[in-house]
Amino acid sequence: MDWVAIGSALFGIAMLVFIFPRMRHALKHSPKGTMKDWLGYLFPLGFVVLFVAFLIMSVR
Amino acid sequence: MFAQQPTVTRSSSSVLATNKVLKNTYLLLSMTLIFSSITAYFGIISGTSQGGALVSTIAAIVMLWFVLPRTANSAAGIPVLFVITGLLGYGLGPMLSYYLSMTNGPSIVMTALGGTGVIFLGLSGYALTTKKDFSFMAGFLMVGLFVVIAASIANIFFAMPALQLAVSAAVIMIMAGFILFQTSSIIHGGETNYIMAAAGLFLSLLNMFQALLHLLGAFSNND
Repeated sequence: MDWVAIGSALFGIAMLVFIFPRMRHALKHSPKGTMKDWLGYLFPLGFVVLFVAFLIMSVR
Repeated sequence: MFAQQPTVTRSSSSVLATNKVLKNTYLLLSMTLIFSSITAYFGIISGTSQGGALVSTIAAIVMLWFVLPRTANSAAGIPVLFVITGLLGYGLGPMLSYYLSMTNGPSIVMTALGGTGVIFLGLSGYALTTKKDFSFMAGFLMVGLFVVIAASIANIFFAMPALQLAVSAAVIMIMAGFILFQTSSIIHGGETNYIMAAAGLFLSLLNMFQALLHLLGAFSNND
């Protein structure tokens, strides 16, 4: 394994250490979404998935 | 009637402030995107090694974590953001060189670039027109980001192509969520600093572009 892979792994672990307290804070303090709120996220996400599938088909 | 007047005045000034943040964010975002594409071009023509790209990316992320938050409330924040986005763009050099060397590489890169732009415009338009509050997604997005980074680290050792594709697909969905979250945060006054807002949106776009490029490269006929 070369030093780039080891460096990438160490960098990734540093990112996890940096993100972890922010993730805990967000989980504790962010408001809870209703079913309607989540549908408001899933609706555009569905279009993103379809669009990405279309892009994949276009390069095949 | 008169009692309501200050409320109306404050509300309209709040809307003006939000519009100003939005305008400045998109202006700064577009300038940083142009600048990072120039540095990415230099990364390609200079034949940057993967090690050089990693050092450039680490330097950018360290500045993003420790320098930008300290300078974002002053004029110094703008050059700092340009340095960060320039380093991140330069770090794309080896990856772009790899894809551009494929037979239909230029087409894949342009498709990924255009696709990222269309997704960003669509999601921003959705968040701006519906004015939905996506603040409830903060925890979900952070957990998603954490899992995706952990899976990426695992894949450095396991080198499973299927896991790489799954991570790329998950990154696109998470970054789509971040674009909605960040745009709604600007609209609802959660983010009032246009430098931090532009930095957040830039990172979402960069990650989405890289993930889309991986997916398109993997599914294209060219190997």
